[in-house]
Amino acid sequence: MWDSTVGKKAVMAVSGLIMLLYLVAHMIGNLKVFFGPQEFNAYGHWIRTVGEPFMHYTWTLWIIRVVLVAAVVAHATAAYQLSRRDIAARPAKYVHARRRASYATRTMRWGGVILGLFVVWHILDLTTGHVHAGGFQEGHPYQNVVDSFSTWYGNVIYIVAMLALGLHIRHGFWAAAQTLGAGGRSRDRALKGVANLLALLLTAGFVAVPVGVMTQVVS
Amino acid sequence: MKLTLRVWRQRNAADDGAMSTYEVDGITPDMSFLEMLDTLNEKLILEGEDPVAFDHDCREGICGACSLVIDGDAHGPERTTTCQLHMRSFRDGDVIDVEPWRAAAFPVIKDLVVDRSAFDRIVQAGGYITAPTGTAPEAHATPVPKPDADHAFEHAECIGCGACVAACPNGAAMLFTSAKVNHLNVLPQGAPERETRVLDMVEAMDAEGFGGCTLAGECATVCPKGIPLSSITDMNREWLRATVKGARR
Repeated sequence: MWDSTVGKKAVMAVSGLIMLLYLVAHMIGNLKVFFGPQEFNAYGHWIRTVGEPFMHYTWTLWIIRVVLVAAVVAHATAAYQLSRRDIAARPAKYVHARRRASYATRTMRWGGVILGLFVVWHILDLTTGHVHAGGFQEGHPYQNVVDSFSTWYGNVIYIVAMLALGLHIRHGFWAAAQTLGAGGRSRDRALKGVANLLALLLTAGFVAVPVGVMTQVVS
Repeated sequence: MKLTLRVWRQRNAADDGAMSTYEVDGITPDMSFLEMLDTLNEKLILEGEDPVAFDHDCREGICGACSLVIDGDAHGPERTTTCQLHMRSFRDGDVIDVEPWRAAAFPVIKDLVVDRSAFDRIVQAGGYITAPTGTAPEAHATPVPKPDADHAFEHAECIGCGACVAACPNGAAMLFTSAKVNHLNVLPQGAPERETRVLDMVEAMDAEGFGGCTLAGECATVCPKGIPLSSITDMNREWLRATVKGARR
C-alpha cells in the first residue's frame, strides 16, 4: 500500500476523510458558543465525560486525539513524500507555462502547510494555553474563546486558516473520492457539489465564531 | 502567413538546450503544424543549418508519434494531435513557442524529440492478454455487453502519445496507464489477469519515475483521444480491489 503512489494517495484520502469527519463535529460543537457560556462550557466538559461510566474521564477524548494525530501524521508524511516525487518527475519547466487547474487544486500543498501550522497554534492557544492571550483558564472555554478573538492577530490567523481549509476541502474531498475509486462520470457533479457545500459550511461555521466575538454577539 | 517561431533546440541529451527564434514565411492556413515545421526545416537545410528534429509518423492522428507543446498546450490549441492541428488555428504574425514534452521519465533526445519508451515498459508489465490467440476467434463466441464494449473501446483509443504526461504538473502517467488497464480489465478476455495487470502496470509506472496524481485534470483536457479523467478513478478502484484481494503473485 505505502510503496505505491496510488496506495499512498489512498492513505491520504482516508486520513483526510477522518479529519474531515472530525471537523464537521468540531464545527457543530463550536456553534454552541452562540448559546451562552453555560451551554458552551458544559459542552466542553461533556467532551471529557463521553462514554462514562464505561470509559474513564477523558478516555474517549484521548482516543479521538490519538486517531487524529495518526491521521495528521499519515496525511502529512504521504503528502511530503508524494510531493517530492512529483517535483522530481517534472524537473524542467515550460518556457511558455499555462495554468489550467483551479486555484484550490494548485494551493493544496502550501494550503496544507498553512493548516498544519495553524493546528499547532490552535492547540497551543486553546488546549494548552501556551500562546493564549490574557490568562488561559482551564475548564472555561467560553472565556478563552472570547479572549483569543479579542486580539487582531487571533482573528487574522484563524480566518486565514479557515479560508485555506475551505479551499483544501473543496479540492480534497472530491479528489479523495476519485482516489478511493468512488467517483465516476455519473457522480462527478454530485461529488463536486458536496465538496463545495462542505467547504462552504465548514468555513462559514468556523468563521462565525471570531465574527461573533468581533461583533460582540459573543462576549 | 508569416510567423515567428521560438523553438527548443538541444543538440543531444547532455546538452543544456535553449529556445531559438526563427522566422518562417509562405505558410498557408490549410497546412498542418508539422508541414509548417517542414517548411522551416527546408529553409534551415538550404541555409546550411541543422533542421529541427521532431517526431512524426502517420500524420493522420492515429499513431501517437507526434508530440510538441505549442504555446504551453500539449498538441497545441485544438484538441487533436499536432499533425491534425492546422495553421488556420493561428494568425498571421503570431509568435509561437514550440517545446518538447517535459518529464523526468521522457528525457529529451534531440530538439523536440523525447524518449517515450517508458510507456512501452508499462505496457510490457501487463498491458496485454497472455493467451496463444492463433487465428481470430468467432466474434460471438465471447459475448461482451454493449456498455462494456463501449467502455473498453473508449480506453483503447489511447495512442500513447504522452500528452497527458506533458500536461501533468507532476509528470504523472496515470491517464495513460489507466487507459491501458481499463481497456482490458473491463473485457472478459482480460478478466483472468485483472488483478495482476493493474498491480504490475502501476508498479512499472512508479518505477519509471513518473509523478503521482493530484487530480489537477490537465491530462484529460489535452488528451487528443478524449480519455476521461474518470479513467484514473476506475484504475484506482481496480488497484484497491486487487490490493485488498491480495492478488500479488
